[in-house]
Amino acid sequence: MTETNWSKQLLETFVDAGVTLFPYVPDAGNKRLIEHVNEKNGITSVLLTTEEEGIAVAAGADLVGGKAVVCMQSSGVGNIPNFLSFVKGGRFPVLMMVTMRGDYGEENPWQYPMGQAVEPILTAMGVQVMKVDSLEELMPAARAALSAVFVAGTSVALVLTQRFLGAKKF
Amino acid sequence: MIRNEVLKSIVPVITDELVICNIGSPSQELFSLDDQPSNFYMLGTMGLCSSIGLGLALSQREKVIAIDGDGSVLTNLGTLPTIANNVADNFILLIIDNGSYGSTGDQPTYAGMKTSLAAVAEACGCDHVVECQAEDTAEELKKALAADQMTIIVCKCQSGNVKVPVITMNPVVIGDRFMKEVQKRNA
Repeated sequence: MTETNWSKQLLETFVDAGVTLFPYVPDAGNKRLIEHVNEKNGITSVLLTTEEEGIAVAAGADLVGGKAVVCMQSSGVGNIPNFLSFVKGGRFPVLMMVTMRGDYGEENPWQYPMGQAVEPILTAMGVQVMKVDSLEELMPAARAALSAVFVAGTSVALVLTQRFLGAKKF
Repeated sequence: MIRNEVLKSIVPVITDELVICNIGSPSQELFSLDDQPSNFYMLGTMGLCSSIGLGLALSQREKVIAIDGDGSVLTNLGTLPTIANNVADNFILLIIDNGSYGSTGDQPTYAGMKTSLAAVAEACGCDHVVECQAEDTAEELKKALAADQMTIIVCKCQSGNVKVPVITMNPVVIGDRFMKEVQKRNA
């Protein structure tokens, strides 16, 4: 696996685990993954207007035995806490892929408050955080997240940090 | 007609469809009128009913009816462009629009003032949008089910709730019962 094709490998891992639905709010960090989803037969991306819709779509899929990965930027985590009470209260297994802003190397000061609040917010709402800081960590973390969600029935945010993604340059 | 009467009129139309029902009074009223294992009742998190319905409809072929409210759709207005652009012909969104936040004391919503949810849905790109009077809801639902196409029905009714017991089932139990019903049908 190289720096450039991790999105494809990650998608293959999700698909092998039975994921067919990818609700997403666009972010630079999930751009390639969603492009790969759209190129592949049998799986579907759902462009969202807000992240909370994605949590609901994933829960709806789960009610009929479907599997989804909700993709969002870290800013979107700030939109969803009330909707995570639905996930926690109903014990819906939800897997999120969160691509970070406002952490390691960030140059935009506006991004820091939300970026730094991602982990405490998710933890407070009962979502386990699995951070990926390097390419070597990606696939083991993805497999761990898939097991924790779709086998053990918990909720997990696979958090791709800017140590891994690189900080956006302005 | 108030919401409870609308629900009573559509109960005979709903046969084996999967139903997601909006939080608060709508779920309590439906639960009292005709509880079914294929009903999923929201007990919290206002605004998600239509999005859950879309997730269900995109993930399997059985018909799905999301019974939502005007206040709830206004909370999650972004749901309408998402529904419009991800067409699931097994999905019906029934918005019972009584122009008020019924579960919190019947305070008025914008849908009861200048905002038309049917016009919003059309502007968002939803192809089949029907606005009807409360008395015609059952007939419109029947037509939508027969049409096999994604339909948004906005039912204009009067504000008001009836006194019914709260749902004491735990959310996990509601979900589990629903999933087992789906599995039984697919077995």
